[in-house]
Amino acid sequence: MTVEESGLIYKTTTEIRGPILFVEGSRDVAFDEVVRITTPSGYEVTGSVLDVSRDWAMVQVFGETSGMDLNVSVRFTGETLKIPVSDELIGRVFSGSFEPLDGMPRPLSTDLRDINGGTINPAARAVPSEFIQTGMSAIDGMNSLVRGQKLPIFSESGLPHNQLAAQIARQATIPGKEEEFAIVFAAMGIKHEEADFFREEFEKTGALSKSVMILNLADDPPIERLVTPRIAQTIAEYLAFDLDMHVLVILTDMTNYAEALRSISIAREEIPTRKGYPGYLYSDLATIYERAGRITGKKGSVTLMPILTMPAGDITHPVPDLTGYITEGQLILQRELFLRGIYPPMNVLPSLSRLMKDGIGAETTRKDHADVSNQLYMAYAEGTRARGLVRIVGVVGLSERERTWLRFADEFEQRFVNQGPYENRTIEQTLDIAWDLLAMLPEEDLIRIREEYIEEFHPAHKREG
Amino acid sequence: MSLAGTIERINGSLVVAKFEAEPKIGDLVEVGNMKLMGEIVRLSEETAYIQCYEITSGLKPGEPVLDTGRPLIAELGPGIMGTIVDGIERSEIELWKLTGPFVTRGTNIAPLDRKKQWTFEPKVKPGDRVIGGDILGTVQETASFQHRVLVPPDLKGTIESMEAGDFTVEDVIGQLRTPEGSVELRMMQTWPVRRPRPIKERLPLEMPLMTGQRVIDTFFPVAKGGAAAIPGGFGTGKTVMLQQVSKWADADIIILIGCGERGNEMADVVAHFPEITDPRSGRRLIERTVIVANVSNMPVSAREASIYMGVTLGEYYRDMGYDVAVMADSTSRWAEALRDISGRLEEIPAESGYPAYLADRIAEIYERAGRVVTLGSGQRVGSVTLLGAVSPPGGDFSEPVTTHTLRFIGTFWALDSELAYRRHFPAINWLRSFTRYLAVASRWWSQYERDWEQIRAKALELLEEASEIEETARIIGEKALPDEQRLVLLLAEMLREGFLVQSAFHEVDTYCEAEKQVALLKILIDFYDMVEPLIHQGVPIEKVRDLGVVTELMRLKERKGVEPIEAAHAEMRRQIDQLAEEYEVAVR
Ligand SMILES: Nc1ncnc2c1ncn2[C@@H]1O[C@H](COP(=O)(O)OP(=O)(O)OP(=O)(O)O)[C@@H](O)[C@H]1O
Ligand SMILES: [Mg+2]
Repeated sequence: MTVEESGLIYKTTTEIRGPILFVEGSRDVAFDEVVRITTPSGYEVTGSVLDVSRDWAMVQVFGETSGMDLNVSVRFTGETLKIPVSDELIGRVFSGSFEPLDGMPRPLSTDLRDINGGTINPAARAVPSEFIQTGMSAIDGMNSLVRGQKLPIFSESGLPHNQLAAQIARQATIPGKEEEFAIVFAAMGIKHEEADFFREEFEKTGALSKSVMILNLADDPPIERLVTPRIAQTIAEYLAFDLDMHVLVILTDMTNYAEALRSISIAREEIPTRKGYPGYLYSDLATIYERAGRITGKKGSVTLMPILTMPAGDITHPVPDLTGYITEGQLILQRELFLRGIYPPMNVLPSLSRLMKDGIGAETTRKDHADVSNQLYMAYAEGTRARGLVRIVGVVGLSERERTWLRFADEFEQRFVNQGPYENRTIEQTLDIAWDLLAMLPEEDLIRIREEYIEEFHPAHKREG
Repeated sequence: MSLAGTIERINGSLVVAKFEAEPKIGDLVEVGNMKLMGEIVRLSEETAYIQCYEITSGLKPGEPVLDTGRPLIAELGPGIMGTIVDGIERSEIELWKLTGPFVTRGTNIAPLDRKKQWTFEPKVKPGDRVIGGDILGTVQETASFQHRVLVPPDLKGTIESMEAGDFTVEDVIGQLRTPEGSVELRMMQTWPVRRPRPIKERLPLEMPLMTGQRVIDTFFPVAKGGAAAIPGGFGTGKTVMLQQVSKWADADIIILIGCGERGNEMADVVAHFPEITDPRSGRRLIERTVIVANVSNMPVSAREASIYMGVTLGEYYRDMGYDVAVMADSTSRWAEALRDISGRLEEIPAESGYPAYLADRIAEIYERAGRVVTLGSGQRVGSVTLLGAVSPPGGDFSEPVTTHTLRFIGTFWALDSELAYRRHFPAINWLRSFTRYLAVASRWWSQYERDWEQIRAKALELLEEASEIEETARIIGEKALPDEQRLVLLLAEMLREGFLVQSAFHEVDTYCEAEKQVALLKILIDFYDMVEPLIHQGVPIEKVRDLGVVTELMRLKERKGVEPIEAAHAEMRRQIDQLAEEYEVAVR
C-alpha cells in the first residue's frame, strides 16, 4: 500500500494486546488513519486507527504482532488506506496487503482509491438482469446467476467448491454476447495448493491475463485478511465502473475473514453476540458484499462470488447466516451428495438465486424456465421426503406416488445436478434434461407448470406434435 | 441557538465531544470540518456522545462540533411522494445528481425541494377560525395523491389572509392571527421524528387491510391501523411479501422503509413501481409510494433513524385523513443499530448484547400504528398500519427482537424455511402464525359469504389435522393410514397448492380479489364435504384422487375471475355423482 512517507513517529506504545496496539501521547491522529509500525529489527507492518482520543490511539495491526515489544516506532501517516489503480493491475499477483508477489515492481498511479470504497446510491443502481450461462444445470436451471449479482457458495472443508468456482469462472458467458469476464480473485487464509489450483486454472484457460490475484494464504498474517477483500473490491469497482469491464470477483474463504474480525473484537473486549462474533458482523460484511452490482449509465458490472466454509456444516453459524441475509441468494454444497459421487454436490433445495426472475424468461432463456424450475424444486422436495420415509418404513411402505417421487429424486441428482467438471451445458440442454425428468411424473402432478407449457414442452406432447 | 464544542474521541460511528455549556440530548449536530451529521444520544454534563450518521473516517479529535439546537426532524410538505429518500430524508435522486453514483459524505441538502412550485388551492378564507390539524388547502402532488396542507398541530387562530396560486414550500401562503400575534403560514412544516404526532382520539379497528394475498387476507389478516410482524430466516420471503403488500394493499399511501437491507431491492422498487398500475385507481403505484432507503452498507446510526423517519411520514399522511401502510424491512437491522450504539456507549447489555430498553423501543414504534380521529375541527379519520420484517439470527424465533415484537403486534406471519425450500411461497406457516383481528376481518368478509368464519375455521382445522396425520405417516407410511385420514392429507395438499401457494410473479395470481378468495376456499371445502361421505361408505381414496377435477381445483387460482370456479363447481358435482353411482353409494 502506498502512503505518504510523512507523519510523526511515536515510541510510546504502552500495551500490545493481540493484534491491537495502544499508543499514548499521540496528537492530531485521525480515525481510520493508516499507521506504519516498525520494530527495532526493521520489520515493518501496517495498521489502522480503530479508536482515537486527544492523547491516545488504538491501532489494529494487519501484520504479525507476536514478536513485538513496546519498543516499536509508530508512524501515523495522515492518510486512510488507499491503493493505486490503473489498467496495469490486470494480470498481476499481489499479497493480501497489496505487495507484488510476481516479481514485478509496485504499481504506480496517481489515481489512489480508498479501499473502503463508497456506498452506491440505491437510486443510481441498475437492477441486474442479464442471465449468465455457467453451463451447470443446477445453477442455470434452478439458481440462475445474473450479471452484477452477489451469489456466495456455502461449502464445507473438503468439498469441491474451488472446482465449482473455477468452472463457473471458466464457463460463464452471456448467451449471444462475446464478452468475457475479468476476474479478481482474493484469497484469505486458504492453503497454497488451493491458490495454486486457481492460478493454474486461470493460466490454462488464458483467464490469467484478464485477472488480478490478491493472495493472503494460510501462513500469512490473519489480520491482513481484513483488508484483502476490500482491496479486491476496490480493483473490481475500478475495472467495472472506470474501465467498463464485466468483473467476476471470487473471495475465498470469507469464514477466515470473519475470524480475523472476531479476533480484533475480542482484543477490544467488545460484547460478543453469537459464537464470539461482534454484533457488527452483518454491517461489516455488507460493506464488502454490497459493493457488487451495476450502476445506471455505466457499462461494466461487478458480479460477486464469495466462498465460505460452514463450520461443522452448520448453516445457522453466524458467517453463512449473516452472509445469506446480505447476498442475493446462496449455492449450497452438501457432504452427503459429495459422498455419493455427485458433482457439483449442490443441494438445490436450500440454494436460491433471488435475481433469477429478472434474468430468465422468453427473451433471455425460455418462457417455461421459471415454471420448470419451480416444479423441479417441488418434485425434488417430495422425493427427498420420500427418501426420509424409506429409512423408516422401507420402500414397501411407500405409496405408488411416493415411489415415483423417490425415483425422480434419484434420477434428478444423477442426471440433472451431476455433470462433468468440464461439461458445459447450454440452457436449452439443461431445460431439456429437466423435461425428460419431469416426464417421469404423472402429468397432473406438474401443478406448478402452466398448462400451455406442458402442451408445448412435455416430451409426451412433443412426440404427438 | 447553536452551541460549539470540540471532538474528544472517535470510536467508529460514536463521536465524543466537549461543549462550552450543556447541550440538549437528541440535538442534531454538525461534526468536524466535514460537517457530518450526527445526533446527541447521551450527555454527561458538557460531554456529549454523538452518533454520527455518516462515515467518520478521517475525523480528528480537536475538530469543531456544532449543536444545531434542534432535534432530527422530518420536513413535511409536498415533494416527498413518489420519491426515494435516505434515513434522514435526503432525496437520493438529488444526491445522485449532485455527487454521482457513490454517496459522498457531508452533502447537506434540504429534504424538500425549495425551488419547485406547487399549485395550492385554499380551503379556508379570511375570518375562518382554525385549529391545529385543520386543512388549509390542497395540492395535487401526484396524479393520484392529493396533498392536504394542514395547520401545524400546535397552532390555532383566525385566518387573516390565504392565497391561491403557485408556491414553493417556503413561500408564505397566508397569515394566521393567534393570541401571540400574527403567524406566517407555509406549506412546509417540520416534526421531530422520534415523537409521535398528536391525534384527537384513537378508534377501534374496523376494517382489514386487503392485500390480495390469500394466506394473509383469508387466514391471517391485519386490520387497518393494526400492526403485523413477518419474521423469517434469509430467503424465506419477507421482502417479497412486503413488496406484494405495497403493490396491492387497499391503502391510500405506502411507505416502504428499506432499513439496512440490499441496495438492489430498493433499485428494483424504484425501477418497477412506476410500471405497475394500481388495480383500484388505475394510477401508477409509485405515485402513492414513498421509499426510505437506508441500505446495509450505510452507517448504522442513520439506519436507526430511518424507521422513525418513515413512521413520521406515515403519521403526517394519516393526519390528512388517509389510510397509510408503513413497511419496515428489516426491524432487526434497526435493533442491531441500536445495539451497536449501545455497545459503543458501554451500556450494560441484556440478552444477546441488546440494551435493556430494546423492548420499550420496539413498543414505541408499534404504538405509532393506529386508526385515529385526527387533530382538527372535523371528525377526519386516518390510519397507520405497521408491518415489520424481522430477521432472526439462524432463523430462530426465540431471539430477543422476535420475542419482544410478538408482544406488540396483532398479526404474526411466521415464515418457514422448509416451505421456502420446496418453493411453497408465501412461506407463511399456517400452524405458527396468528391474528388478533379475526373479529374485524370476519365482519368484513361476511359481506361476501355469510359462513366465512366457519369455512375458514374448517380449512385451518383440516390443515392442522393433516399435520398431525403426517406425523404418524412419517412413522408408518401414508399407505398404512385409513382412507379417511388420507383424504385429509389430500385436502391439505389441495389447500396448499390450490389456495396457500401464490406466486408473486404469476401474472394473474400475484393478486387475488376478495370474491375469488372466498370462492376458491369454498369450492375446496365443498369438495371435502362432498367426497367425505363417499370415503366413509368405502370408496377408495385412490379413486377420489384420480378425479380429473382434483387438478382443476388446484389450478383455478391461475384463472382470471370467479367464473371458472363456478364452472368447476358443476363439473365437480358431476364427477363425484358419477363416482358415487359407480360404487352405488349415497352422495350428500
Ligand atoms: N410470494 C412469492 N412468490 C414467489 N416467489 C417468492 C415469494 N416470496 C419469496 N419468493 C422467492 O424467495 C426469494 C427470497 O425472498 P425474499 O427476498 O423476500 O426473502 P427475505 O425473507 O426478504 O430474505 P432476507 O432476509 O435475506 O432479505 C425471492 O427472491 C423469490 O425467489
Ligand atoms: Mg429481505
